Amino acid sequence: MSFVTATDIFQSYGARPILERVNVDVEEGEFISIVGASGCGKSTFLRLLLAQERPTRGEIRVAGAEPAQEPGLDRGVVFQRYSVFPHMTVRENVMAGESFRTTWGRFFGAAKKNAQKRADDVLARIGLDHVADQYPATLSGGMQQRLAIGQALAAKPRILLLDEPFGALDPGTRLSMHDFLTELREETGMTVFMVTHDLEEGFKLGDRVLVFDKVRWDPHDPNAYGATITYDFDARDGGMPFQRILDEIPALAAEATPKH
Amino acid sequence: MRLINRQPSVALKAALIAVPFVLVLVAYITGSAIRLAENPQDRLLPAPSTIAATAQRLFTEPDRRSEEILLWRDTAASLIRLGWGVSISAVLATILGLLIGLLPHVRAGLASFVAVVSMIPPLSVLPILFIVFGLGELSKVVLIVVGILPFMIRDLSARVAEIPREMIVKAETLGASSWVIALRVALPQILPRLIQSVRLSLGPAWLFLIAAEAIASREGLGYRIFLVRRFLAMDVILTYVLWITLLAFLMDAALRWFSKRLFPWTEATL
Repeated sequence: MSFVTATDIFQSYGARPILERVNVDVEEGEFISIVGASGCGKSTFLRLLLAQERPTRGEIRVAGAEPAQEPGLDRGVVFQRYSVFPHMTVRENVMAGESFRTTWGRFFGAAKKNAQKRADDVLARIGLDHVADQYPATLSGGMQQRLAIGQALAAKPRILLLDEPFGALDPGTRLSMHDFLTELREETGMTVFMVTHDLEEGFKLGDRVLVFDKVRWDPHDPNAYGATITYDFDARDGGMPFQRILDEIPALAAEATPKH
Repeated sequence: MRLINRQPSVALKAALIAVPFVLVLVAYITGSAIRLAENPQDRLLPAPSTIAATAQRLFTEPDRRSEEILLWRDTAASLIRLGWGVSISAVLATILGLLIGLLPHVRAGLASFVAVVSMIPPLSVLPILFIVFGLGELSKVVLIVVGILPFMIRDLSARVAEIPREMIVKAETLGASSWVIALRVALPQILPRLIQSVRLSLGPAWLFLIAAEAIASREGLGYRIFLVRRFLAMDVILTYVLWITLLAFLMDAALRWFSKRLFPWTEATL
């Protein structure tokens, strides 16, 4: 049983189909990049994974549980914009990752002190400890996205969903964010879904790259059909498949070894 | 250089700010001087010196019968009514704005109703308020509330609805309940707007207060103005008008200052 299973997903808005027959299984700890042209439903698929929307048909199960009705603690998310709370300082934003689930949405007394300490550890980890008391509006775009990722991880989700997280960043910042994300992933081993329109980014970061596209196309009515997953690439080892097949299948290795 | 790109120098800017005030003052003094030259008993445009003398008398000398300084008593009475009216409206508008903005069920039930109610001219229901709530303080406070609450609710609920959906979803993924989202995400973000809304509502609030006081009251700034109108006491009326203007201006400035102090994040940019 896979960790995340999407079974026969159809999604339409009114009479307009967006996704059709989407089936995918994802193992725990995999990094899935989702690419495709604009308007091909990749963000819709991410919203379905997030349970912000529910599919017209089909279901998405995480760890075999019943399909979620609304977003919750098991799924963290970082959007391209508006992912941090502008009225809270950087430290408060990280603390929100733990405190929002409580009755009053904040910590008091000793619990607050402990949470502050944990938040400072997170900030040191993501390199934002020098701006802990500032408001997000004073940070650069890259720092805001790092904060958004730190905040999402503070809640310890089982799946991290990224919706074009680096889309608004300049190329240099983008590269350092790639390194940052790669390091974080090695530490946490979390399952990640990332929507991006940058193919290079998708192949660089992902273990698998899912391509969304329309398989049926009516030139008289471009909106008549929805998109589905048309390619499912193995992006490990620089995108070259079967590099580890000899490790995975020892029998094959024995056969492949030249005989003397 | 285009006109839109021309900036006045500091000195010129200060002069330009002063110009309209000076013009009005000069026009008044000239008009007053012309009329007083024709008829020294003229009451319509009293000389600035007369107004100053009256103002000094009104602010310092107690009334002979009640032995109280009426202007301060009027001011206190009016400010208490205004304070209650505006505070009640602000609290109700915040609660209802959050409910309408966040909860689809409440929005479906109340949004159209508030939109229709806000179209009722408040002064047209003043007689009903006097009949229902009597001629005491209550009807005046209720008039202010009826006058400014619907606008404030619409303003604040629109602001809540404008909060990016991403931010609400993010809070949901951090495990926040509806209550925590209202308390920790929506409320802090509409408070600056609430202060803006109160600032914009102060003008109408004064209007409704003075209207209610003019019709049925025994004290208050509006009551006094309409009382002395019978004696054509322009010096008293003008003193009161200037005083009310000063009060309104100070309130506005204080709210602006509070907003900057309380919500530093609205100003914070790189």
